[in-house]
Amino acid sequence: MAKLLAVTIVIIAALSAVPILRHTWEPPPDISREGPAIDHQIDETMKEAGICFLAGQVVLALMIWAYAGRGREHKIGKLPGGALGMVILAFLIVGTEVIILGAVSSKVWAQVYFAPLKPGAVAVQVQAQQFAFYFRYPGPDGVFGPIHPDLINDATENFFGLDTDRDPASRDDIVTAEMAIPVNREIQLMMHARDLSHSFYVPALRIQQDFVPGLDLSIHFTANKIGRYEIVCTQLCGLGHYNMKAYLDVMSESDYNDWLKKEAALQ
Amino acid sequence: MHDLRAHATQHHGPPQSFIRKYIFSTDHKVIGKQYYGLGLVAVFVGMGLSWIMRLHLGWTDLRIPGLAWLSPNGAPGGVLTPEYYLQLMTMHATFMVFFVLTVAPFAAFGNFFLPIQVGAEDMPFPHINMMSFWVTFVAFCILVSSFFFSDGPALSGWTAYAPLSAVGAVAGPGQGVGQVLWALSIAVFCVGQLLGSLNFIPTTLDMRAKGLSLSRMPLTVWAWFITSCMGLTAFAVLMPACILLIMDHVVGTSFFIPSNLVVSGQIQPHSGGSTLLWQHLFWFFGHPEVYIAIVPAMGIVSHVLVTFMRRPLLSYKVVIGSMLSLAFLSYMVYGHHMFVSGMNPISSLVFSFPTLIITIPSTILVLIWLGSLYRSRLRITTASLFALGFISMFITGGVSGFFLAQPPIDIMVHATYFVVGHFHFVMAVAAIFGIFSGTYFWFPKMFGRMMSERLGKLHFWLTFVGVYCIFMPFHYLGLAGNVRRYQAFVDDYTMNLIPIHRFATVAALFTGAVQLIFLYNLVHSRFWGEKAPDNPWESTSLEWSTTSPPPYDNFGGRHPIVYHDPYQYGVQSATGSDYIMQDSPEEEQPEAAETNR
Amino acid sequence: MGVIVEDRLTASYPPTARLTGGGGPTGLTPNGRRFLSLHENAPPPQSTAIWVGIATIVMMFAALTSAMVVRQGASTDWHHFDLPTILYFNTLILLGSSITLEMFVRAFKRHKSVPMGYGTAPALWLYITLALGLLFVIGQYVAWHQLNSEGLYLASNPSHSFFYVLTGAHVLHVLGGLGGIIYIIGKVHKVTLQSSTLGVATKYWHFMDLLWLYLLGLLWMKL
Repeated sequence: MAKLLAVTIVIIAALSAVPILRHTWEPPPDISREGPAIDHQIDETMKEAGICFLAGQVVLALMIWAYAGRGREHKIGKLPGGALGMVILAFLIVGTEVIILGAVSSKVWAQVYFAPLKPGAVAVQVQAQQFAFYFRYPGPDGVFGPIHPDLINDATENFFGLDTDRDPASRDDIVTAEMAIPVNREIQLMMHARDLSHSFYVPALRIQQDFVPGLDLSIHFTANKIGRYEIVCTQLCGLGHYNMKAYLDVMSESDYNDWLKKEAALQ
Repeated sequence: MHDLRAHATQHHGPPQSFIRKYIFSTDHKVIGKQYYGLGLVAVFVGMGLSWIMRLHLGWTDLRIPGLAWLSPNGAPGGVLTPEYYLQLMTMHATFMVFFVLTVAPFAAFGNFFLPIQVGAEDMPFPHINMMSFWVTFVAFCILVSSFFFSDGPALSGWTAYAPLSAVGAVAGPGQGVGQVLWALSIAVFCVGQLLGSLNFIPTTLDMRAKGLSLSRMPLTVWAWFITSCMGLTAFAVLMPACILLIMDHVVGTSFFIPSNLVVSGQIQPHSGGSTLLWQHLFWFFGHPEVYIAIVPAMGIVSHVLVTFMRRPLLSYKVVIGSMLSLAFLSYMVYGHHMFVSGMNPISSLVFSFPTLIITIPSTILVLIWLGSLYRSRLRITTASLFALGFISMFITGGVSGFFLAQPPIDIMVHATYFVVGHFHFVMAVAAIFGIFSGTYFWFPKMFGRMMSERLGKLHFWLTFVGVYCIFMPFHYLGLAGNVRRYQAFVDDYTMNLIPIHRFATVAALFTGAVQLIFLYNLVHSRFWGEKAPDNPWESTSLEWSTTSPPPYDNFGGRHPIVYHDPYQYGVQSATGSDYIMQDSPEEEQPEAAETNR
Repeated sequence: MGVIVEDRLTASYPPTARLTGGGGPTGLTPNGRRFLSLHENAPPPQSTAIWVGIATIVMMFAALTSAMVVRQGASTDWHHFDLPTILYFNTLILLGSSITLEMFVRAFKRHKSVPMGYGTAPALWLYITLALGLLFVIGQYVAWHQLNSEGLYLASNPSHSFFYVLTGAHVLHVLGGLGGIIYIIGKVHKVTLQSSTLGVATKYWHFMDLLWLYLLGLLWMKL
């Protein structure tokens, strides 16, 4: 039975590795500027985690295979190096590994979060609510009008609670149900939660960021491939959470300007 | 003047009435069994909920028989509504994390065996111990009751993030009464576990038998002791957090609810609260909680493995040091659940480093277990199979942690099935394997009968393969971006992942059914199992020096005196065996094996 | 069994180990069952347990403290208000009750010269402690009532919420402590009070003092 267990462990470990090695299920192709660094980090980590996983399971299997069922005629032996050896091994190998991973991933994180906003970025506001995303562009004046919660009315499509009568800045704001951005331009995404916690996840963009009710935060990114991508909510927000999504269209500069004009006319 | 001495030495013998023996018992052994029973009920309830969830995930429009009768609102025609899926999911996790993983390895086995393994007659405060079980039981009842009130149980997940969990019924079904009952149940649960710690810690520190120094305590005792210390701090933080949450609901305070929220078209009257505050309080508890779930299992597995390897671990002190480091570090890592939560990105880096560092003591433990197998005399029994299986599961669950510990990678896998795979491996599988290992090991001692090894091995094999089939695919789903806590998959990029979900569902139903073998084995052996000797596994710790089951005062009036550490295996005993019991006065005589300190 | 029972009853610390075969300090549980703590020089489990309990309560208030600090920083709606003056008076009452409890402890120790005897001492000091404790609780209620009449309710502002939550949690624990004092009084009347039990109640009660001083300082700083 022990030998069977050892073989089973190795088979399971090997089978588990197959989809990874064959890249059967992977994140969608990356379309962002910071994406390659993140993907590289995932690959590196996969190699190290993969080696640890396979090595661990194989050693376990070997031990079971070799030492199960030994009777008293076999001497109990001590592993060369003993406990101290294992501690040193853990510190040396795993310790070094995690320090390197930590150092590099900090750099990648800094690229995502601490890089300054490029000048000329396109500002878009995304509002998350049960169970939809809505977007707002500031219009030619470049200013987002203030939000009045008491004026929010989904039935009349005043999702943001704008007062176009009294706030001049609101008059040219463009509210849309889909997000369009120009390719290869820095985008500043202002995130506002209307009711509770949600999250903004675009796997292709390598972005996931929670909204924080009461705290309007912003992130920035650059998309470098034209296409249509899904934005999904990943922070449990109620019964419609599974269906809370919107589309992100990355367009050429001219297509984007046309789209913006079209949307402005529909306001 | 009274004759005080006469009064003092008046023994109260064992209880006679049924109620005092089995219901309101102050005997730690009965309390341990009661906790085990509670855990058993909770695990089957939790597992049943997961079957319903997985069926729905594989086939969203499936009519599940019986469900419409159970909940006409939640599952009209037997098809789960989206909210009911989330409610079942919340309850699944809450039952499992609290009433299975905290109760079984810690409260159940700890209550039964801690006093015996330290040579005591009972815990020092038996009435408080009894209260700890009944308070936990009341918490369980409150949680179950939330199914039957108003529009059902909470749907905000076992993590109950604010504002969803704080604003009340306006946020959705189950968020009114259901959420309050959830928070109340958890607050009461915390009190129950704190009452347990009040017994565990003094027992370990003050009630040890003569000769049982700290460095002669079995690793299980160390594990329970470390866990009780963690429980002290962790549960004492969750309880006030739940009280504050209830107050936001019931009294209109704004601890967790900021201003100007417009939920379902209504402006909420709250102002200025902090949603991240809930997350900080919750995860300050939440991360130590998962170590509370795993450390007792590590202690059990270590103890069981040594018995069946017939040799001590490479180093007792290193194992203890590693468990202590895990406990200590567990308080510093909690922010890794919040990398993309909107907290300061610098904080994310600050939490990421101890999260990566915590792999070191975990690795040390795995290497010690593996290294101790080298040139051992491994005996294969069901208990040792589950202990070996634990190592495999812990390796698998641990390596996925490499990804989650790094914030930029977490961007991709946070809130996906990758996380679900990770924590199911370390908790739902590894910790459960620890519970199984402990069960098969200690059942003879607890009930005086042997479990069927044949059925036990069958249970092991099918479960081992089954859980890999269920949870390994979750990692692939997560890498592909499959978001968690979805009741159905409607995003374009996840449509081709549904067959994997169906595979996992079939595996889950199969593995769940296999647990009925375990249940049958438990019940059948309890009444008709072969009578167990005092020490069927030739183990050294004090519980094996008394009868199976132990008498009322554990040692039949005898007060054991301890002469050895609990890992005298691979030695030459005067009686010809290869081990020396802790309370045996004979000298330690290595059989040409070196001492392993 | 041949084990001498008296060590715990006369309870000096550390227990003077009068050991017979396998014996050591003994303990009595509330239901009278006798069991042995055989480890030499082990402190009575009660004293370990009270520290466990105190640690737990400290963690709970630490959590509430950090919640308060975070909440205050989360937005600008924190209303600063003056603490009702009666709180300071209540503080003196609570401190006084600790002093009277200590008086009882000393009297108890003096009366323990009787060998094989349970300690006994005039319960008067305990009654005064109980009275002062109750006075404290009433005084806290008066403070709440005063704030209520000024329009400061539990939910009217986060600073109010924390005031009521912190003082309320403290009072609940004080009530528990009063329950302990009543239990001790009962034991004194039956002449069955052990030093270890008294030690638990005393440590807990003094901790209530310290906790209150901490909370008072915190509230004074933050509110």
